[in-house]
Amino acid sequence: MPDLSDIKHKLGLGDEGLAGLGHNIITAPIEELVKWARRRSLMPATFGLACCAIEMMATGTAHYDMARYGMETFRASPRQADLMIVAGRVSQKMAPVLRQIYDQMMEPKWVISMGVCASSGGMFNNYAIVQGVDQVVPVDVYAPGCPPGPETLLHAILALHEKIRTGELTQRRDATGRGAEIELGHEHAPDAQPEPVIIRTGGLYE
Amino acid sequence: MSESRSSLDETTEHHEDRADDSERLHGALLTSSRGQIVLHPSSESYHGLIELLMGEGYNVCVDLCGADHLGNETRVLPSAIEPERFELVVNLLDVSARRRIRIRVQISETNPFVATISDIHPGAEAMERETNDMFGVCFEGHPDPTPILLPDGWEGHPLRKDFAMGRIPVQFKAVEGR
Amino acid sequence: MTTLDHLRNRDAVLRMSELEAEQRAAVVDPDDERMIINMGPQHPSTHGVLRVTMELQGETVLRSKPIIGYLHTGMEKTAEDLTFLQGPTNVTRMDYAAPLFTELTFSLAVEALLEIELPERATWIRMLMCELNRMSSHLLFLATNGMDLGAVGMMIYGWREREEILRFFEKVTGLRMNHNYIRPGGVAADLSDGWREDIQDILNVLPKRLEQFDVLMTGQPIWRERTQGIGVITTDEALALGATGPILRSTGYAWDLRRAMPYLAYDEVDFDIVVGTYGDTFDRYAIRLNEIRESMRIVEQCLERMPEGPYRVQDRKVTPPPRARIDESMEALIHHFKIFTEGFKVPPGEVYTAVESPRGELGCYLVSDGGPKPQRMHIRAPSFANLQTLPHMMHGGFLADAIAVISSIDPIMGEVDR
Ligand code: SF4
Repeated sequence: MPDLSDIKHKLGLGDEGLAGLGHNIITAPIEELVKWARRRSLMPATFGLACCAIEMMATGTAHYDMARYGMETFRASPRQADLMIVAGRVSQKMAPVLRQIYDQMMEPKWVISMGVCASSGGMFNNYAIVQGVDQVVPVDVYAPGCPPGPETLLHAILALHEKIRTGELTQRRDATGRGAEIELGHEHAPDAQPEPVIIRTGGLYE
Repeated sequence: MSESRSSLDETTEHHEDRADDSERLHGALLTSSRGQIVLHPSSESYHGLIELLMGEGYNVCVDLCGADHLGNETRVLPSAIEPERFELVVNLLDVSARRRIRIRVQISETNPFVATISDIHPGAEAMERETNDMFGVCFEGHPDPTPILLPDGWEGHPLRKDFAMGRIPVQFKAVEGR
Repeated sequence: MTTLDHLRNRDAVLRMSELEAEQRAAVVDPDDERMIINMGPQHPSTHGVLRVTMELQGETVLRSKPIIGYLHTGMEKTAEDLTFLQGPTNVTRMDYAAPLFTELTFSLAVEALLEIELPERATWIRMLMCELNRMSSHLLFLATNGMDLGAVGMMIYGWREREEILRFFEKVTGLRMNHNYIRPGGVAADLSDGWREDIQDILNVLPKRLEQFDVLMTGQPIWRERTQGIGVITTDEALALGATGPILRSTGYAWDLRRAMPYLAYDEVDFDIVVGTYGDTFDRYAIRLNEIRESMRIVEQCLERMPEGPYRVQDRKVTPPPRARIDESMEALIHHFKIFTEGFKVPPGEVYTAVESPRGELGCYLVSDGGPKPQRMHIRAPSFANLQTLPHMMHGGFLADAIAVISSIDPIMGEVDR
C-alpha cells in the first residue's frame, strides 16, 4: 500500500492538507476547463411533449437519479437552460413554438432528440407530425426507442457529455448549417402542400 | 359508497343488425347495430330530435364525431335513408337509466351544414369544433367556430378520405457533413 | 334556472380568436383593469402542451379558454392505414399514462364487430393489468399534482411507487409504457412466471406507502388550504359539459362504467365507487388516492380467481398460430404470414364501446367496411371532454389556483389532441 504522505506529496498537497493548495498551480488549456465546466452542469429545459416526457421525468426522479450528472434542475424558463431534450412528437402546430423556445435559449446550447417521433416522426408518418425535429432545430444526440427507457436517455446524456468534451469549443450552428430546414413564419411550408389525392389505394403517397 | 347494479336496458340486448324500416322513434328510423340502438334522423330534424331525447333523459352527449364514407360500398344503412358522403355520429348517454343511444345524420358533401347542438349540450362544443376541423362539417349557430386541433390557417380537412395521408415525406438525409 | 342558463350566464369561456386576444393584450386601456394573459404551451404546470388564455382582473380569473392541438398527432388518420391487428400499437400512444385502457376499448370494439367471445383467462388478465395500470396512472397524478402545488417531495415518492408497477409491466409486456399488450382476440402473451409473487410484493408495499401519502398530503394543513373549495363544479354542470371520471364523481354522483355498464368481468368482483361531496380540487385528489386502494382490492380478487386456460381466442381467423406450430406445419406458417401482412377481415358495421379509464369514459367508435383496415376509428377521449370544465372551474378563482385546477383535471395531452 502506498504511503499516504507519498500521495499527498504527489498531489502537491504537502502536509497542510487542502490549505496547502493555496500555493499550487494547475496547468490546463483553458479550453479543457471550460468544456469540463459546461459538461458538468447542463441544465435541461422542461420540454415534455408526449409519452417520452413521462420517461424523461422518470429519469429525473429517484430511481434513475439524473442528479448524479448535476442535471436534476429542470429549468422552466428557456433563458436559464442550455440543453433542450425534445421528448416526444412535434406537431406542425408545435414546431414554431419549439423553434421560438430554442431561439430563446442562451448559447451555448444543445439538443437531444428523444424518441423516434422526435428523431424521424416514428410511426406517425402523417400530415400532423414534423418528420424529425432536426428540420426545425439542430440536434446533437438522437436517443432511439419508443419510448427510450431512462437508461437510453442516460446513455444519450453521456454521449452528449463526450461530445462536449471532445468537440469544438466555439463550433456553432452556422458553420455546419444543420437544422432549421423548415421555413419559419409558416406553420407548414407552402410548397409541401400536395395535390389532394382522390382515394388512397394502397401505398402512402400516390 | 356503492350503488346497486341493474341490468342494461332490455332493448339494447338481443338485437341482430337490422336495417329495415319498421321502427321509428320520434319520427326517426330506429335500427340496431351489434345490439346498440341507432337513430337516423334527417339533418333538418336532428336538432329537434336531440332536444326530444334530452327531455327523455338522454342528458349527456358523450361523443360527437364525423365519418367519411367515400368509397365505402358495404355501409349498413336502412333503405329509406339516402346515403350521403359524410355522417355525423352522436352518442348520447342517459345516466339515470343507464342506457345509450346513437344518432347518425347524413350530411351531404355539397351542403355540409347542420345545426349545432351545443345549445342543448354545452359539452358538444369542442367536439363540434373538432368535427369541423377534420371533415369540414359546419355547425350553424356554433358560439366559437374556430379551429381546435389544427393550427390557424390550415387548409384542408385531414380526416377526409381524399386528403393524402402523409404531407411531408420522411427524408433520409446524406450522412455527409454531419 | 336551468344548468344551461347558468352556464351561459356565468360567461366563463373566453370565446375569442387568437388574433383578437393578441390585439387585446397589446392595447392598454387605463379604465379597463382586465387583461389577457397567455399560459403555455410550454409551461411546467400544464401537463404537457396545454395552452390557456386567461382574462384577469387583478389576481382574479374571469374568463379563460384552453387552447389545444399542440400535440395533434393525426392518430385517427393513421388508424385508417393500419390493420385491426396493428391498431393497438397506434391507440396505445394516446393516453400514455394509462395506455392499456385505450388498447382495451379498441380491442373491445373490434371484438364487438367480429362478435367473438373471449376466453375467461384473457378477460381476467385484462382486468388485472388494467387495474394495475389505473394504480400507476393515479400514482402519476399524485406525483404531478403534488409537484404543481409545491409538494416536490411527492414527485419523488409517487414516481417511486409507480416504478414498482412499471417493473411488473415490463416483465409481462416487454415495455414500460405503450405496451401493445391487449389486442383484438385476447392479450399478446400470458402472464410471466412468478407473476403472483410479483403482484403480491406490490400489494404488500403499497398500502404502507399510501398511508405515508396521507400523512404527507391529505392531513396536511397547507395542502388542504391550497385545494379545499378550489375549482368547484356541480353535478349538473359536469354532466352538461360531458365530464366523466373523477370529476363527475367528485360532485357526489356515483357514475362509474365498471359498475353502471359492466364490461370484462367487473360484475363479478367486489369494489366500491369512491365519490366526493363538494366537487372541489381536494375531492378529486382524495378520490384518486382512494381509487388506488379500490384497485388493489380488485387486483387481489384477480389473484385469487385467475382462471386457467388460453389467453387468447382459439379462433384461427384472428389468432396467429402458436410459435411451435410454425416450425412443423406449412399451413401454420402461411396463416401466420397472412395475419401479419394482410390482417384479418372484419364484417361491415359500426359500434361504440366504452370503458372507464382513470380519467373517465374512454370510448371507441369503429366503422368497418368489411376489409382488414377500419373505415373510421374515433376515440372518445375523456380528457378532451373534461378540459371543457376548466373555464368554469377557474372562473372567479385566483390565478395561483388555476394551477391547482388544471392539475386536478389530470389531462393527458396525447389523448386530448390525439
Ligand atoms: S417515440 Fe414513442 S414514446 Fe416517444 S413520443 Fe413518440 S410515440 Fe411516444
